[in-house]
Amino acid sequence: MALADARTGSGEPPKVSLLYNPALRSVVYQVVTFVVIVAAVWYAWHNVIQNLARANMSAGFGFLNSRAGFDIAQTLIAYSSDSTYFRALQVGLINTLVIAAAGIVTATIVGLLVGIGRLSHNWLIARLCTVYVEIFRNIPPLLVIFFWYLGVLALLPSIRSIFQHIQENPNASFFISNRGIYMPAPIFGEGFGVVLGAFLVGIVAAIVFTIWANARQRATGKRPPVLWVNLGLIVLLPLVVHVLMGMPLSLDYPVPGSFNMKGGMVVGPEFLALYLALSLYTASFIAEIVRAGIRGVSKGQSEASYALGLRAGQATRLVVLPQALRIIIPPLTSQYLNLIKNSSLAVAVGYADLVAVGGTILNQSGKSIEIISIWMLIYVSISLITSLFMNWFNAKMALVER
Amino acid sequence: MAKKIVTALVGAAVLGLGATASQADTLSDVKAKGFVQCGVNGSNLAGFGAQDSAGNWSGLDVDLCKAVAAAVFGDATKVKYTPLSAKDRFPALQSGEVDILSRNTTWSISRDTQLGFDFRAVNYYDGQGFMVKKELGVKSALELSGASVCVQSGTTTELNLADYFRANNMDFKPVVFEAQDEADAAYNAGRCDAYTTDASGLYSIRLKMTNPDDHMVLPEIISKEPLGPAVRQNDSKWFDIVTWSHYAMVAAEEFGITQANVEEMKKSDNPDIKRFLGEEADSTIGADLGVPKDWAVQIIKAVGNYGESFERNVGEGSPLKIARGLNGLWTKGGLQYAPPIR
Repeated sequence: MALADARTGSGEPPKVSLLYNPALRSVVYQVVTFVVIVAAVWYAWHNVIQNLARANMSAGFGFLNSRAGFDIAQTLIAYSSDSTYFRALQVGLINTLVIAAAGIVTATIVGLLVGIGRLSHNWLIARLCTVYVEIFRNIPPLLVIFFWYLGVLALLPSIRSIFQHIQENPNASFFISNRGIYMPAPIFGEGFGVVLGAFLVGIVAAIVFTIWANARQRATGKRPPVLWVNLGLIVLLPLVVHVLMGMPLSLDYPVPGSFNMKGGMVVGPEFLALYLALSLYTASFIAEIVRAGIRGVSKGQSEASYALGLRAGQATRLVVLPQALRIIIPPLTSQYLNLIKNSSLAVAVGYADLVAVGGTILNQSGKSIEIISIWMLIYVSISLITSLFMNWFNAKMALVER
Repeated sequence: MAKKIVTALVGAAVLGLGATASQADTLSDVKAKGFVQCGVNGSNLAGFGAQDSAGNWSGLDVDLCKAVAAAVFGDATKVKYTPLSAKDRFPALQSGEVDILSRNTTWSISRDTQLGFDFRAVNYYDGQGFMVKKELGVKSALELSGASVCVQSGTTTELNLADYFRANNMDFKPVVFEAQDEADAAYNAGRCDAYTTDASGLYSIRLKMTNPDDHMVLPEIISKEPLGPAVRQNDSKWFDIVTWSHYAMVAAEEFGITQANVEEMKKSDNPDIKRFLGEEADSTIGADLGVPKDWAVQIIKAVGNYGESFERNVGEGSPLKIARGLNGLWTKGGLQYAPPIR
């Protein structure tokens, strides 16, 4: 416009053909795109309805309220074969979230350690970390899952030999078998709320004390004994309250039943195989991201910290890592998303995640389109929430330029 | 943004599904492409659907696919096989990926109505049972309370299992696998105390164990599992061909026609046999069915009569050595019965 005005040199509106009007063009393009998308969605939907009608099948989500009729092994919420399909999907979703959360935490810790280890000056540690990364990074995750499930966990002692072991050692309370890891389960008696309250108070107090200790160190150069005080606040305080309340927390020990252990808690081999495989597989990628992040911080930074008298660990923790995080976080987000999506491989070893449970429902009810849309919606939601959180974290860690 | 992505994804998935499911007349479709696409068991279920090292398929369910191809084309080799898991089989048939699902599939009312399939012929009358290790000392399924049970997901087996334990006030820990191979491996490794599936399958899976003799099938049969071929609903022409291919095998056994004597039997004076084998001059049975006149002859030449197919795949001629039992002819106390071919 400005160009046209300049050329004619007058205030007259430019005589441009409507065909070349940029404002009109952009509107037309958007309208065309919109119409094409709407038509495609409508066509797809219409096609589905028509085909379902031809096969005498109905579309809709009403089936979610019918009785499921099948049992699920790993349930964190109340569920029986009398529950609804909807409830079964909830069980699956929770199991997916559990494996994703456990996997992300472990993968991050292992990845961080291995990534730093690869840069270690200790020859053995550095080589071991390299071997780890190269092995786990180059094997498909499904094979890693099978390796743990059939290659490691299935070879653990059988339940029969555990029964024998118990006869010889009646006081044993922790068992590892090819049916999972059995351990005592906590039973929360009356008054346990107070103990829990004391624990929370201890944590808050520990945080306050740490902040105060940091301030004091900055002011006086002396560091109060943070570790011991915090340990006392977090561990000792709830313990004392526990004794004062008359020991409301008791343990339920696993005992031999007819075929399996009864009572106690069990972590099944399906969960373990998936958890170990996903964490260790993703950790190898995270290790490389961490290594790249650390190498991305100029060497002068650590040399400067040594010059200031920081020890190697302190230099890494206080100077290098905070700067490396800016490089690490964006690719780390992708790894988290990969882990969440890879958790759907659960179906291979029979861990009842969202895909496994959904697949059963799909087959029992025949509602493939509905179940697949539910799957996609849930995975997109979980992934987007994770991305949002990581973006927020990234923004917080980003270099604040003044 | 999230909404947009979801809409696009759902749209794309739906398009993919919708595009293939539209053919209404499977017979013309099959004739046009020149082969029958048959969905069979993808986990090497010996006796029913299994592939040898050379890639040749065999089994009772496979024989039915061959019979249909023989009836339509006069050539039992015009079959392409799609190995399917228990979970994938229904979408595969619904979407038109396969023309017949012949994969030890139980005929039930919900599958017949809700899933949009048609069942009629039953090529194996089965029932669900349990297999256990002999060393457990279990003699009856009623002693299995508290046991871990390996089962395949998305099967009627999974539902019967839950119902059976509930009805008998017993509890159990299901260990659910999508693929049969993984369920087999897990049971073999001692992950479960018992393995449950159709009794025929148990015999077949038992042979895959490290030491088959260490395992036994318990006497209880807890369900009715009529296994048969399924096709898409509202396609009666195709449905008729698939159903009558099975009945032709049964009828052949009733008439005493075998792979070996079929040519000879063509000269029989028995009008029933002549009509069946398409030797009657003005017979329109084949034409009405939409296949060549000698369709029954082609089926018998390709796979033999039902009894021959049974013995070869699961009976005395096979490692499974399953007795005819319910699958004997109706004249011999079994349930196999062909409606009159006239």
